[in-house]
Amino acid sequence: MNSAVETIPGEPPHAHHWTSVNAYHGAKLGMWLFLATEILLFSVLFTSFAIYRFLYLGEFHSASLQLDWRMGATNTAVLIISSFTAALAMDAAQHGNNKRVRNLLLFTVACGGIFLVVKYFEYSHKYDIGLFPGRTCPEVHADAASGHGDSHHGESDHGAKADHGGGHHQEFCWPTGDNALGLSDAQKEMLVSNNYKMYFGLYYCMTGLHALHVIIGMAVLSWVCLLASRGRFSEKYYTPVELGALYWHLVDLIWIYLFPLLYLVD
Amino acid sequence: MSEHAAAADHGNLNYLNHETTLWSWLSTVDHKRIGIMYLFTITIFFIVGGIAALTMRMELASAGPDFLTPDQYNVLFTLHGAIMIFLFIVPGIPATMGNFLLPLMIGAKDVAFPRLNLLSYYIYVVGAIMALFALLNPIDTGWTFYAPYSTQTKSAVILMTGAAFVLGFSSILTGLNFVVTVHRLRCPGMTWDRLPVFVWALYATAVIQTLATPVVGMTLLLLIMERWLGVGIFDPKMGGDPVLFEHFFWFYSHPVVYIMVLPAFGVVGEIIPVFSRKPLFGYKMVCYASLAIALVGFLVWAHHMLVAGISDTSAIYFSVITFGVAIPTAVKVFNWVSTMYKGSISFDTPMLYAMAFIFLFMIAGTTGVYLATLAVDVFYHDTYFVVAHFHYTIQGGAVIGLIAALHFWFPKMTGKMYNEHIAKIAFVLVFVGFNLTFLPQFVLGMEGMPRRYFDYLPEFQSMHRLSTVGALVNGFGYTFALLNLLFAWIFSKRKASANPYHSLSLEWQTQSPPIHDNFVETPTVTDYPYGYGTPVEGGAH
Repeated sequence: MNSAVETIPGEPPHAHHWTSVNAYHGAKLGMWLFLATEILLFSVLFTSFAIYRFLYLGEFHSASLQLDWRMGATNTAVLIISSFTAALAMDAAQHGNNKRVRNLLLFTVACGGIFLVVKYFEYSHKYDIGLFPGRTCPEVHADAASGHGDSHHGESDHGAKADHGGGHHQEFCWPTGDNALGLSDAQKEMLVSNNYKMYFGLYYCMTGLHALHVIIGMAVLSWVCLLASRGRFSEKYYTPVELGALYWHLVDLIWIYLFPLLYLVD
Repeated sequence: MSEHAAAADHGNLNYLNHETTLWSWLSTVDHKRIGIMYLFTITIFFIVGGIAALTMRMELASAGPDFLTPDQYNVLFTLHGAIMIFLFIVPGIPATMGNFLLPLMIGAKDVAFPRLNLLSYYIYVVGAIMALFALLNPIDTGWTFYAPYSTQTKSAVILMTGAAFVLGFSSILTGLNFVVTVHRLRCPGMTWDRLPVFVWALYATAVIQTLATPVVGMTLLLLIMERWLGVGIFDPKMGGDPVLFEHFFWFYSHPVVYIMVLPAFGVVGEIIPVFSRKPLFGYKMVCYASLAIALVGFLVWAHHMLVAGISDTSAIYFSVITFGVAIPTAVKVFNWVSTMYKGSISFDTPMLYAMAFIFLFMIAGTTGVYLATLAVDVFYHDTYFVVAHFHYTIQGGAVIGLIAALHFWFPKMTGKMYNEHIAKIAFVLVFVGFNLTFLPQFVLGMEGMPRRYFDYLPEFQSMHRLSTVGALVNGFGYTFALLNLLFAWIFSKRKASANPYHSLSLEWQTQSPPIHDNFVETPTVTDYPYGYGTPVEGGAH
């Protein structure tokens, strides 16, 4: 196995099958392709969201009122700043300033941490008011079934939304959200409708998958940080910093689309 | 191109014997060994999937229930479909022959990311184990997992779709690896218009693998979420739309048939000029046709859903664009046949398979045009006609292509020659058996026999019986072909020379089997690899 990679601080790793210049361009091409696959991964969620937002605008609007746009905006700012510091780290690596790379990346990872903490508060708030997916919550089940009678409303007449008798759809039990704040009676009605749940289903899928990417990005950047603290980078070799920063920019970019889509439905 | 590498005396060391411990195989990052490991793994699944198919054919040999219950039958066709698609034919040619040959053909020492390549293999193994557990659990949705049945059935949908997601990851990483390899690791002089057509085909395939697979991955995750949490995107009971699932699913699963068959096109493009001793006719058009098929393949997915309730406008659009696929495909067929015209054809086993491929794929393509025709599809949809068409493309195309490739590059991979007579007998069995299996299924489809049915009316019996006999013959044929190769590898004393077919392409210019580093020194290329026509010293054979 002579393609084992030798590492000398400041020098590109030497793999037997290519020159270091080619290796740099190859790694970058690979990373861009990988980012393309990530965008296509999210595209399914974006497409689903677009279709159902178009079909069930009323429900999606009132559901989005349950999100606190200030928290979303805070997170947007945090991620944009972290993306900036990641770009600065890349610049520092190109100048061989390993210490600066380390500090900037530590800051970037910390921003990722702040993002997750805010997300934690958002999720736990929704959990408290009963907006979470899941199968079992029998006591709420009865509520939902009884409140279901006239939950049909005129927002759309999508054929698939057939009426189904009391509690039938509740094999997936979503809480009614009765203790949700600031809702009119009409909005509470919508809350028990399926499409309201669909909004939160998509919300959790999209933000959950994004949060997973934030965690992976933090892990990757922490590893790059470790390399920097060992003085690994120089003007000749900074590929990991560049690839890590690229990934982090994508994570940031996806959130920049998620924020207005989920929080600012109107 | 010199034959320096072949001439160089490297002792008897090659990629197979320079290290021999089990660990040296399991931890290898050598693309050739990884290709061989894939080859053995997918062959196991080919056998399992084949046994499932034969079991179904035995049940269908006579009308009425015989030895299976309807539920068992549902499980069996799911097993057959899922194993053959996800575990056998998608990794089929790219992960086995592609892994082995791509760096050799472009004069590189390895793929771009060797460790990632090994990781893809292990991700594949994990996915395969998950799939096996799911299939034995069992699962009865068919390999397409259509909602809303898949969101409701009690069978192991979560495990199986999870497995397909993991397998997709493996496929993405292989595709990404190949794209970067072709872009960055071509040897000096290996310009894009000197690349072998097999490399062009692998490149087009890799692009599809990379760009289409994430979509189905996310779709299957959403299906899992739907079952776990009741998200409701695909379930009409909850306001969702099952047709949306079909759109997402086919957005991947139509391009995936080109993942299966494009590399086979490439294989045929390599074999025909060598055994016709003529330059490949319209070389550039053959290359661009691969890219064109890959591109158009992304735009036709909803022709699987022409009767699923999509609008007339989109049905017409998808029908017309689907006809468009026939154009680059026909360009390829035309060029292969023109290559053979007035060539000095020798009928070695790889050439026989390549010619069978052209014949079978013509039938497959033509019946594909029937199915893309809106009015006709209303009748043919979900009948045996579709089953027969699909098997002509995938078995008659992709599998025959893989078997052709195995015979053609066997001397290079193993350094041995196989028994030509047995290989030809096996070929005849495969060819006759295959046609006997699936030609009657066209007739059955035209007479209205629906697919996926456990039982049928008595008037269908004779055709079903023919089909079952054909399937058995076909099965024997594959068994003979594979055993012949396996025995030749283990027992044959006939050593293969570096270039037994006097081919001009680069993988034949190094020794058989190749050394660990592929070439003693990096080769330099001065021409495209199909410049036959001037007599080669020694002649063909």
